[in-house]
Amino acid sequence: MTDRSPSSLVKAVSRQLQDVMDPELTFLSVVDMGILRDVNFKNGHIVCVITPTYSGCPATEVISKDVLKAAREIDPDAEVEVVLSPAWTTDWISLEAREKMTANGIAPPEGSSHDKAFLTGDGHTIPCPICKSKETKLISPFGSTPCKASFTCNACLEPFEHFKCF
Amino acid sequence: MHALLRLGDDALVLAQRLGEWCGHAPALEEDIALTNIALDLIGQTQSYLSLAGSLDPDAPKTDDELAFLRSENEFKNLLLVEQTNGHFGDTIARQFLFDQYALLRAKHVAQQTYDLDAAAIATKAVKEIRYHAAHSSKWIIRLGDGTSESHSRIQKSINDLWAYTGEMFTADDVDIAGSIAGLLPDLSALKTQWDIEIDSVLAEAKLVRPQDGAMKTGGRMGIHTEALGTMLAEMQILPRTHPGASW
Repeated sequence: MTDRSPSSLVKAVSRQLQDVMDPELTFLSVVDMGILRDVNFKNGHIVCVITPTYSGCPATEVISKDVLKAAREIDPDAEVEVVLSPAWTTDWISLEAREKMTANGIAPPEGSSHDKAFLTGDGHTIPCPICKSKETKLISPFGSTPCKASFTCNACLEPFEHFKCF
Repeated sequence: MHALLRLGDDALVLAQRLGEWCGHAPALEEDIALTNIALDLIGQTQSYLSLAGSLDPDAPKTDDELAFLRSENEFKNLLLVEQTNGHFGDTIARQFLFDQYALLRAKHVAQQTYDLDAAAIATKAVKEIRYHAAHSSKWIIRLGDGTSESHSRIQKSINDLWAYTGEMFTADDVDIAGSIAGLLPDLSALKTQWDIEIDSVLAEAKLVRPQDGAMKTGGRMGIHTEALGTMLAEMQILPRTHPGASW
C-alpha cells in the first residue's frame, strides 16, 4: 500500500471486507448479508459500520471481530461501529446471496419484510431448495439460528431450513 | 433510566426462565423455539440494560453488572415473567400474556422520539416479538381447541396466571413520568389494545377469559414473589463467586 489517502483506504478496506464471511452462513459475506452498512474515514482512521441481524445473534460479536481484524490489515487504527438504526432487514440480502442460499440448501427469504403474511408464513409457500417442490410444510418458525425456520418437503421428504423474512 | 430498566428486566428474567427449558421441552422443535425466543430476549436485554447503565446517575454500569450484580429488590421486572415454568402449557400461557403486552409496548417505544436509542432497540425488538407472539398465540389455539385434556390444562394455566396481568397496566410514578415524556405508552390505552388481542385469541382457542380479581403487584417496586430469588441465585452464582471471571 503506497497510496494512503482516505478514499483509497476506504476502497481497499471495502474490497477486503468482501471476503469476511458470516460465521453461520460461511458461503455468504457480510456484504452479501447487508450486515456491513458503510465504510468511511473519520478522525484519521477507517470506520466500518455494521448492524446486527437479530438482537441476540451470537454471530454479531464474531462478525464484529472478523471485520475489525480484516480492516486493520489495511488500516491498523480502523474501528468498528455497531448501529441499530435503521434496523437490519432481509430486504438487504442481495439477489446473488439468495441464489447462493438456495444452492446451499437454505430456502431464502420470500417477498418483502413489509408484507406481514411473509413474517408468519401464513398463506405463502416456501419452495423446497433441494427438489423445488412447492409442497412444503412449516415444522417450526424457529431453527438452528435465530434467522431460520424449520421446514420439511412433502415431495422429496427432506427437512430444510428457511431464512425467515425479517 | 428506570423506564429502561423495566424493559430490560422483563426481557432478562423471562429469557432466563425460557433458558431453563433447554434440553427439557416436549419436542426438539419446541426446545429450539423456546431457547430462540430466550436468545432474542437476551439480545434485547443487552441493548436496554447497556443504555440504562450508561445513564446511571451514580456511576455508569455495564449490562453485565446490572444483570449479575444487582439483588432481587433492585430488579424491576413484572411478577408475571418471574413465575416458574410449570408444565409446557403454563410456560406458553405466561409467554402469550406477556408477548401481546410486550409487542404493543415495543411498538410504542419504537415510534417515540424522546429517546432515539431506545427507539432503535425497540424497532428491532418489534420484529422479534412479532414472531414470539405469533408462536405463543398459535399454541394457545392448538391447546385450547385441542383435546379435552389440553383444553382444561391450558385454561387452568391462564386462570392461574391471570392475577399477574393487572400489574402490566398499573401505572406508577415511573410509568406516568415516562408516558408524559413520551418514552413509555399510556397504560390504559395499551390495556384496551391488549384486551382486543387477548380476547380474539382466547375466543379462537375456545377458552374463557378469567374474571379480573385481586391483582398481584410489586415487581416494579422491587417486591417480588419467592420465585425470583432462587432464579437469580442460579443465574448470578458464577460472576458473584468468581468476580471478573471470563472465558
